[in-house]
Amino acid sequence: MSGSTLLALVAVFASASLMSFGGGNVVLPELHRQSVSIHGWLTDQQFAAVYAIAQGAPGPSTGLLAGLIGLRAAGWIGALAAAAAMLIPGAALMFGATLAWERFRAAPWRTAVEQGLAPISMGLLFAAGVIIVRAADHGWSAVLLTAVTTVVLAATRVNPLLVMAAAGLLGWLGLVR
Amino acid sequence: MSEPSPAGVASSAPRREGPVPLWALLWAFLKIAMASLGGGLSAWALRVIVEERRWLTEEEFLAALTLCRILPGPNQVNMAVYVGTRFRGLAGAAAALAGLTLLPLAIALGLGALYFGHRRTPGLQAAMTGLVAAAAGMTLSVGVKLGLSYMRRPVALALAVAAFVGVAVLRWPLLLVLGVLAPIAIAWYWPRGHAEHAGKPPA
Repeated sequence: MSGSTLLALVAVFASASLMSFGGGNVVLPELHRQSVSIHGWLTDQQFAAVYAIAQGAPGPSTGLLAGLIGLRAAGWIGALAAAAAMLIPGAALMFGATLAWERFRAAPWRTAVEQGLAPISMGLLFAAGVIIVRAADHGWSAVLLTAVTTVVLAATRVNPLLVMAAAGLLGWLGLVR
Repeated sequence: MSEPSPAGVASSAPRREGPVPLWALLWAFLKIAMASLGGGLSAWALRVIVEERRWLTEEEFLAALTLCRILPGPNQVNMAVYVGTRFRGLAGAAAALAGLTLLPLAIALGLGALYFGHRRTPGLQAAMTGLVAAAAGMTLSVGVKLGLSYMRRPVALALAVAAFVGVAVLRWPLLLVLGVLAPIAIAWYWPRGHAEHAGKPPA
């Protein structure tokens, strides 16, 4: 591991952090280009595998992806440097934005912004669920499981963790494809 | 502005007042991160922050989520920073961010080390398929529940449907969808724009 690799990791992920308008998936093509084509930190196949790990593991997947690429490029220190570079610049910007937003707590226009943005956010949340189903490209049993989960969680007050555990068990038994 | 803000702002549940300890921020975002195994982070964040802890009303949460989407960075990282900053400033932001990221990072890097060490985990892959399917259902169920609460508010419902169609059907870039819809929505709910709505719940 060299200092220049660490510097390159920080540069790639810090700029990706500030470019990822609309969520982490926006910069995925750029991260692939940088880490596979330009720097050669991983192969195509390894990139696909760490993407799957980052998606499947709990937590914010873009930060996890950065950590995994850093791990391959420069070991454990590379992992921490890449994850921090991916998370901290965007978080610093959000910190400033929150302070500015909270200063206008009593302003009438803030109520208008909240009332206006809330339904849009709801529509986007629904879109996210549909996009996950489409991107996963699983078989009919997985789509059925998604439908059943949706109905059960919308219509009952059962703890979602129980539903998730049951779904994981069904998958582990090979019943979801 | 000396005008009073309009009464009757819709919100799902009353917000719980009082100080939020740092450990509670850390713990809440750790729970959100770990529960979202397979996806569905936004749905879990709403459940924990709005329904369980009652730190924000549903409307405050959703509006903040749109802010989190407009600014760069992963949405849930931004949400952790927003909630942490709002209640405890910089220390709160750090606590929430640590809760959201540290344990997941340890897990993902552990799995990555296993993968690069050339060990196979077929059972894990199969279980993940089930979890991803259920996580999509978790996200959709939140959409259904919130959508039902918008049934009596035609303007809000139309905005939600337009956002959904723009992103999921037309596949427009998010910034384009927000650039078109957000000004319309904010103008509609602007306090002085349409006085005839004063005193009534928002449409």
